[in-house]
Amino acid sequence: MVAPAETEASSLVVREVRKSFPAPDNPLSRRQVLDGISFSLGAGELISLIGPSGCGKSTLLRLVAGLDSADSGDLLIGIEPITAPNAERGLVFQDPNLFPWLTVRRNIQAGLVARGVLHEKKNEVDEFMRLVGLEIFANVYPHHLSGGMAQRAALARALINHPKILLLDEPLGALDAFTRMRMQDEVLRLWQARRTTMLLVTHDIDEAIYMSDRIMIMTPRPGRIERTIPVELARPRQRDSGDFLRLRSDILKFLHFAGKS
Amino acid sequence: MEPQEDLVPTAIVEPPSALRWRTMLAVPFAAGIALTAHTFIANREPPLETHSYRLLFIEVIAVSILLALLRRFSPGLRRWMANMWPIFTAAIVSVCVWDIVTLGLRMLPLPYFPGPSAVLRSLINDRVLLLDSTWHSLVLLLSGYTLGVIGGLISGICIGWSSPIRYWGMPLLKVVGPIPATAWIPLTMVLSPSATVSSAALIALAVWFPVTMLTASGISNTRASYLDVARTLGAGRAYLIFHVAIPAAVPNIFIGLFMGLGASFLTLVVAESVGVKSGLGWYVSWAQGWAEYGKVFAALIIMAAFFSTIMTVLFKVRDRVLVWQKGVIKW
Repeated sequence: MVAPAETEASSLVVREVRKSFPAPDNPLSRRQVLDGISFSLGAGELISLIGPSGCGKSTLLRLVAGLDSADSGDLLIGIEPITAPNAERGLVFQDPNLFPWLTVRRNIQAGLVARGVLHEKKNEVDEFMRLVGLEIFANVYPHHLSGGMAQRAALARALINHPKILLLDEPLGALDAFTRMRMQDEVLRLWQARRTTMLLVTHDIDEAIYMSDRIMIMTPRPGRIERTIPVELARPRQRDSGDFLRLRSDILKFLHFAGKS
Repeated sequence: MEPQEDLVPTAIVEPPSALRWRTMLAVPFAAGIALTAHTFIANREPPLETHSYRLLFIEVIAVSILLALLRRFSPGLRRWMANMWPIFTAAIVSVCVWDIVTLGLRMLPLPYFPGPSAVLRSLINDRVLLLDSTWHSLVLLLSGYTLGVIGGLISGICIGWSSPIRYWGMPLLKVVGPIPATAWIPLTMVLSPSATVSSAALIALAVWFPVTMLTASGISNTRASYLDVARTLGAGRAYLIFHVAIPAAVPNIFIGLFMGLGASFLTLVVAESVGVKSGLGWYVSWAQGWAEYGKVFAALIIMAAFFSTIMTVLFKVRDRVLVWQKGVIKW
């Protein structure tokens, strides 16, 4: 059983969040990017956020990470408002963004060094390198890694801080189809092993259905969550099962109509 | 075919090909020609003492033959020879041409263009003073360069990281920086207690500008996503500066260090020939004052070796520090 206090601490609440940016063509007007976003994320949940590019998915993720601040509305972890980036909310981008001047091992332990706890937690570095299967690449520089390996290192780097929420911004978007499917299983394995709450931004419908407990569909200009769809398929999911395909065509239809209106 | 010869792993002892032999014999052969040419020229000029010049080429022949015999035992030596011998041959031929043009044909006016044998004689006769001058130049150069690099790194990091400092510092940098350091000479001579101190300050100033400029641009161009990732990993300001921004700026910083090194050589030589009473720059102008152009050329040769050695050391340091870039960027 998960203790209630922990449940509360790991849950994310987003309430009526708005965010606008100066319009690129006219600096006097502002463009509404997020328009009243509300949702909540329970401890241990894996939720996908899908939608066409430019609908504000990444902006929302940056707000949750604390890298930007909202114009209005609340972002809470439990009852604590999000004000600044924090090691409790890990972030993985589409580009692994490994520090090229550090070896794989030093990249993975970067969070421990940044928080000044490397000394106490040195043994965890090996554990996390094993977790993502990169032990033998410990002393290799990132440019020697393939895209999938680099993304696994980035995941380990984010997970070593034991974040309460892991934010994934199209983490598998740059990988080829086969690597991507392998990595989806990898992420699911990490999620199940560590019960980390995950918020996954993707524009791949199959990926969203295959991985998440719920799918939130965003529409652009201004960005809104149009619909939330629970995915009640048993895990491990079959990508070619009837239910899977039915759900897929429902979402496609919805996105198609939403795009037209 | 011969071109594939180089691809054969060096651990296997391959029979020396015709090409190999030609490369190998080029050095002693060229040295022999230079020696013969010189002997022929010098025989028409009996009063010239050119013993050391001949001895040099005899030594070159002896060493190259010795290396040719030793090459079988060391693949490293063989690779080095294959790589360097054409260059050495060209160098020897150039010296030979210089000898013929100056001493042999007298095509260039004396005393401004002495032959290589005269330069070698000056080099040997004045070796104590030359060594002493080199030492003084080295001390002055290193103290000025170190000072400039430290100053440049500090100001570059501050300007690159903090926008208020950039606002106030950048205009100053843009106005004052481009003034050549040597243009400050009249001022520093008045202000500073000793010529050595003022010269070190001038060199530091010359180095400071490019190092500051490149460090600042490297720091401020740190990829925003590296900083974002570091923040979500729990990084504070110290980590962001020292573990993200500075390492990301190191390739740029090295460009600044190289530019600064070039500027420091220039400033060193000018400062020495104007104010300081020691060093290679001083030696050149002193020798020129006595119209001893053999010594001028000797000092130039020492300078070339001295400066290029320092440059090579900096290249080695860069290759060491930027080992993570191998494969990312072609040098």
